[in-house]
Amino acid sequence: MATKIGIPAGPAAGKPAVSLSKEEVMRYSRHLIMPEVGMAGQLKLKQAKVLCIGTGGLGAPLGLYLAAAGVGRIGLVDFDVVDSTNLQRQVLFGTSDVGRPKIEAAADRLRNLNPDIQIDTFETHLSSENALDILKDYDIVVDGTDNFPTRYLVNDACVLLGKPNVYGSIFRFEGQITIFGYPDGPCYRCLYPEAPPPGLVPSCAEGGVLGVLPGIVGTIQAAETLKLIIGKGDPLVGRLLLFDALGMKFRELKLRKNPECPVCGNHPTVTKLIDYAEFCGIRGEEAPMTATNIPEITPRELKARLDRGDDLYILDVREAHEYQICHIHGNLIPLGELSRRAHELDSSREIVAHCRSGKRSAEAVQFLQKAGFRKIWNLKGGILAWSDEVDPSVPKY
Amino acid sequence: MAVKVIIPTPLRQYAGKQESVHVQAGTVGEALSALTGQFEELKRHLFADDGRLRSFVNVYVNDEDIRYLQKDQTRVKEGDTISIVPSIAGGAQN
Repeated sequence: MATKIGIPAGPAAGKPAVSLSKEEVMRYSRHLIMPEVGMAGQLKLKQAKVLCIGTGGLGAPLGLYLAAAGVGRIGLVDFDVVDSTNLQRQVLFGTSDVGRPKIEAAADRLRNLNPDIQIDTFETHLSSENALDILKDYDIVVDGTDNFPTRYLVNDACVLLGKPNVYGSIFRFEGQITIFGYPDGPCYRCLYPEAPPPGLVPSCAEGGVLGVLPGIVGTIQAAETLKLIIGKGDPLVGRLLLFDALGMKFRELKLRKNPECPVCGNHPTVTKLIDYAEFCGIRGEEAPMTATNIPEITPRELKARLDRGDDLYILDVREAHEYQICHIHGNLIPLGELSRRAHELDSSREIVAHCRSGKRSAEAVQFLQKAGFRKIWNLKGGILAWSDEVDPSVPKY
Repeated sequence: MAVKVIIPTPLRQYAGKQESVHVQAGTVGEALSALTGQFEELKRHLFADDGRLRSFVNVYVNDEDIRYLQKDQTRVKEGDTISIVPSIAGGAQN
């Protein structure tokens, strides 16, 4: 199929001959005794340069297995700080790392695992200004990021620089893995020419994620990266691997290169990096999730009205399992059931809708307004804001 | 033709929490209409106001992308699987 990435070892490549020390031979013996890797493969690994974008859920197993395998140079890009909600899945970090920059904790852990390799750290936001510079010295880029603008940025940068992009993404208990940016293969834009509008596809913080899922997907990304380096096996070029952890099933779909693709097609129109926040429909710092005509009530205002004895109907549009974590005695109708159960609501009463952070309840208010409800408000900031501003005994999650 | 439509995780809440739905259809377009006929709320997540499939949602018949077949006119046969595959990115709040 497509050409394989090979990293020539030895003087023929114009570099000094690379070899393994006695300690390295011992360390990598399980690779060396396999014909698929052998000394030639291990030397390719030693000379390989891989950039890992993101050191979180996907980046954790990725970094660990690439370091373990002896990839000679690993770049890490992350600007974030470790917090306790990360520890459910970001296994590069420990409790003692909470509060530290992820890049430092990650580098320490990987250097401890394998002191013989070079770890480069980039504690920065990847952006159109710095992406080409950061990516250019590496052979392979692995996308372990968590937002659409960065995915499009990484994709475009890899196509422009001619570097393979080992892509993995997750949601709850499903994952997708493929390789973009191969010479005759598709790129991310071939698959998804546009990003979803902000707020339509929930993030992990909103949708949740099974902790092992990025572990599995990130490890598959590591496997694909190693295969590209040693030039063995069938890489996931032109193949979208779909994984469902609950059903424990893998499926595969064919990905084709789009000849009209604006970045990697026959007549590319994107020849330099663009404003990706704008491309993904995010204006300014954050896109407002609520339309401007959604009536809102703050937690303090709500509390004042309840204390006064006002007859308010509190509608909780979260899921049943969230109600079990905490609630403010609302009446539970999950958002997905609202259209079928709206008849349970009395439109003559004043209704305050809430969810966790105010986004789903804003959708609920919009829906009910269209259905003719006039006395309806969205609790601004949701139960999280209620905990912050009114009742700190309500746990946040 | 009875075909199975696989509902991706982010959309299951709008399809009665089901991971797949069986519909009767002769083409992909008919299958998606049957699906959104059964589950009204799926419509706005799959289709834009002009009735076209949203560009961050891909549809496959078995393992082939319908954009490279006959799009919504792609014929389906008994036992085919239609997959809806939306863009996912995990992680951060947008």
